[in-house]
Amino acid sequence: MTYLTDVAALTRKDLRVELRARDTLPAMLLFVLSTLVVFHFALPEGTGDDAAYGLLWVAIVFTALLGLARAWVPEHEHGVLDGLVLAPSDRSAIWLGKTLATLAFLVAAQVVALPAFVVFFAPLDLTALAGVLLADIGICAVGSLMAAMAASSRSREVLLPLLVLPLAIPLIVGGVGAAISPEGERYLLLLALYDGIFAVLSWASFEYVVTE
Amino acid sequence: MSTSLIRTLPGLAALAAGLMGLAIVLALIVAPEDADQGISQRIFYIHVPIALTAYFCFGLGAWKALLLLWRGDERYDLESYVAIHQGTIFGALTLITGSIWARASWDVWWTWSSNQLVLFLVLFLFYCAYFMLRFSLEEGARRARSSAVYALFGVVLIPISFLAIRLAEDFIHPTVFTREGPQMTGTMFATFCVSWAALTLLAYVLYRVELAGKRLDADLRELREVLL
Repeated sequence: MTYLTDVAALTRKDLRVELRARDTLPAMLLFVLSTLVVFHFALPEGTGDDAAYGLLWVAIVFTALLGLARAWVPEHEHGVLDGLVLAPSDRSAIWLGKTLATLAFLVAAQVVALPAFVVFFAPLDLTALAGVLLADIGICAVGSLMAAMAASSRSREVLLPLLVLPLAIPLIVGGVGAAISPEGERYLLLLALYDGIFAVLSWASFEYVVTE
Repeated sequence: MSTSLIRTLPGLAALAAGLMGLAIVLALIVAPEDADQGISQRIFYIHVPIALTAYFCFGLGAWKALLLLWRGDERYDLESYVAIHQGTIFGALTLITGSIWARASWDVWWTWSSNQLVLFLVLFLFYCAYFMLRFSLEEGARRARSSAVYALFGVVLIPISFLAIRLAEDFIHPTVFTREGPQMTGTMFATFCVSWAALTLLAYVLYRVELAGKRLDADLRELREVLL
C-alpha cells in the first residue's frame, strides 16, 4: 500500500510543479498545434486521409518527446533526484510517478490536439482513439526511463530522440494500423503486448540507471 | 583474460580463416546453381549467416549485460560492449549484402518488403544509439548499468519489431517478393552450415581480439597512472 502512496505523492508533486511553473504542457500544446498546421502545408491537395493519419503519429511521437525531454529537468536542476533515490521507498516508484505525470501531460495535450486533427484533417474512430491511448502508455513508460538515462549524459536533449525513436517504431506501426486498418483490433493487441513487456522491463530496470 | 586464453587466439583465427576459405569455395563452386535466381542466389550463403551471427552477437551482448546487472561484476561491461560492437558491424554487413542481393534479384537497392532487412535497419539505428548513449555518459558504474539496460531493451525489441513489421506489411503494401524458393538440397544446406560456422567463429575471434586489446589498453592506462 505504501508503494502506491509513494507513487501518488510523486505524481502529485510533478503535477503541482507543472501547475505552478507551466513549463511543459503549454509548450506541448503549442507544438502539436503548430505541427498540425505545418502538416496542412506539407500534404499536397488530394493526398487522402491515410497520409494524414500517418502524420498524426509523427506529431504524437514528437510531442511526447518534447514532454519527455523536460521530464527530469527540475529533478536535475535542483538535485532532487539524489534526494528521491535516497528516500526510503522503492526506486521504481520514482519511475512510475514520472511515467504517470508525463502520461497526464501527453493526454492533456491530445485532448486539444485530437479534436483539432478531426476538424483539420480526418475523423478518428474508437479503435484509433484506443490506439492513441495504448501508444501513449508505451511511449511514456519507455520514454521516462530513457529520459532518465539521457538526463545524466552530456548531450541530453540530442540523445533522447535517438534513444526513443527506434524503440517507438512498433508503437507507430500499432497506432497507424489501428487508425487505418479494417482489422484495427490486431494492432491494439500489438500495442497492449508492447506496453506490457516494456512497462515491466522499464519498471524493473529503473533502479539501475539512477543509482551511483 | 588469462594468458592461456590469449595463446589460443592465433590458432582460432587460423581456423576461422580456413573455414571462411572453405565456405567461399563451397558457396561459389561446389553448391549447385539455383534454378530460379541463378548466380545471385549464392550471396545467400554469406548474407544469411552474417545476419544470424549479428543476432548471436546482440544476444551475447544482452546476456553479458544481464550478468552485469545481476552480479555487478564490472568486467561484463566491456564484454557486453564488445559483443554489441561486433554485432553492429555484422548488422551493417547484413544491410550491405542484403542491398546487393536486392539489386541483383529485384533490381532495387532497397526494398521495404523484405522484413528481415527492415528489421536490421531498425536494429542498426537502435544499436547506433547505444554507442551514442555510451559515449556521452561519464565512465563508471552508472554508465555500465545504463548501457546494460539499453542492451537488454535491444533483445526485447527484436521480436516485437519483427511482429510489428510483419503487421505493417498489411497497410504499407502486400508482399511482392518472397524468398521461399524450392527447398535446399543437401549440398546447399551443407554449404550454408559451413559458412554459418565460419562466420560465427570469425565473430567470436574478433570479439576475443577486441576484448584482449581493450583490456590491455585499460591495464596500460592503470599502470601509467600508478607510475606517473
